[in-house]
Amino acid sequence: MTAVTERYDPPTDATRGLHPITTDPVPEPTVQVGTTTLPMDPPYRAPLYRSSLARCPRQPLVPLPHGPTERAAPLFGEGLVRPEDADLTHQHPGEPLGERIRVTGRLLGSDGRPIAHQLVEIWQANAAGRYAHQVDQHPAPLDPNFTGTGRSLTDDQGWFSFLTIKPGAYPWRNHPNAWRPAHIHFSVFGRAFTERLVTQMYFPGDPLLEHDAIAGSVRDPKARQRMVARFDWEHTEDHWCLGYRFDVVVGGHLATPLEPAS
Amino acid sequence: MTTSTPSTATEGPSAPEHPALLPTPSQTVGPYFAIGLRWLTRPDLVPPGSPGALRLIGRVLDAEGRPVPDAVLELWQADPEGRFPPESAPGWTGFGRCPTDEEGRFAFTTVVPGPVGPGQAPHADLSVFARGLVQRLLTRVYFPGADPERDPVLAAVPPERRATLLAKPEGPGTLRFDVHLAGEDETVFFAW
Repeated sequence: MTAVTERYDPPTDATRGLHPITTDPVPEPTVQVGTTTLPMDPPYRAPLYRSSLARCPRQPLVPLPHGPTERAAPLFGEGLVRPEDADLTHQHPGEPLGERIRVTGRLLGSDGRPIAHQLVEIWQANAAGRYAHQVDQHPAPLDPNFTGTGRSLTDDQGWFSFLTIKPGAYPWRNHPNAWRPAHIHFSVFGRAFTERLVTQMYFPGDPLLEHDAIAGSVRDPKARQRMVARFDWEHTEDHWCLGYRFDVVVGGHLATPLEPAS
Repeated sequence: MTTSTPSTATEGPSAPEHPALLPTPSQTVGPYFAIGLRWLTRPDLVPPGSPGALRLIGRVLDAEGRPVPDAVLELWQADPEGRFPPESAPGWTGFGRCPTDEEGRFAFTTVVPGPVGPGQAPHADLSVFARGLVQRLLTRVYFPGADPERDPVLAAVPPERRATLLAKPEGPGTLRFDVHLAGEDETVFFAW
């Protein structure tokens, strides 16, 4: 695992206990195409992310030729999602506490084309950093007016837009005094089953980001930046909400398709 | 599995209409995905008891053989004629989503998919998402009767590991497909 710790070397801070986990050394799964070893980022075995250790595969991944099953994708037609499902601030009788934000972005393929009429699902903590989930025992208040769940179909040009509340940071048990940076979970479908993606959107300037084992599971710093939204004046509304822009790009996993699309 | 290869996109008169983009990296669904994903829980691709319906059951187990109670699986397959939406049979979505229970168990109701191409044995793609998985794991469920020598994907799998991809009959109308994330019987997972 030395290669991994060389490639991602977060700011060391002994008081935060954020160190590569060195127990249970196993080979990192790699992708073999012919004689080439393709890089995986993030790798399943994330050295700083404790929960990955017992759940990451040990054997090499087998390249999957893209057949008809992989080239098709689920379709979610009109009627499944209502326009109001994209507004997380009006799901209860009152308004949630916190900083109102609008997150706008496009769902795009790595070929640059917009992905229209496809499903985007989001979930998040409330402004205090607490999830409306029974397992979350963080001693921060629940907000009776905030569930933290939204969904939307993209429009003709791949656009989505959610009105929500800026989530708070929250503690977790990965290591002593571990805190997740504020984030919104994004789950998207693409034009092919290979384009299915779940990721997390982070906020610009968050001091916790460089200390986070999950964001840090992505070794390439430039790739990590692609998970960070940017502040967006265009969608910031006077006396109403701040705007953030977050585009989601899917596809492009294997360097070249193993089987040409027919 | 995003690569760090820089985009070749350029600005200017010769820039293509849709410049290539680098993908957004994957992240874990975390422990609280249910609040975002359970609304679309769809264990039944066909109504239980309908003609040809079978139960596809299994467990998700970690490297130590412990059940994984906080995973969610997504099944994707062709209809009995080998077709996908929008060409498939009316009402066919081909898509299933099922969280695991306290014992790591899941159960779908589906049908044997038709052949989707020359030599392709009947199969479904299966994604596994969970806390601890920074990317989904992708595997294939092969239905009984698959010929490993003819199916191009099975043929590329080391022979001693192929059995992990074969759903096994377990009583009338029931198939078992356990997912071993790691360990001695580790399921074959694919890169895509």
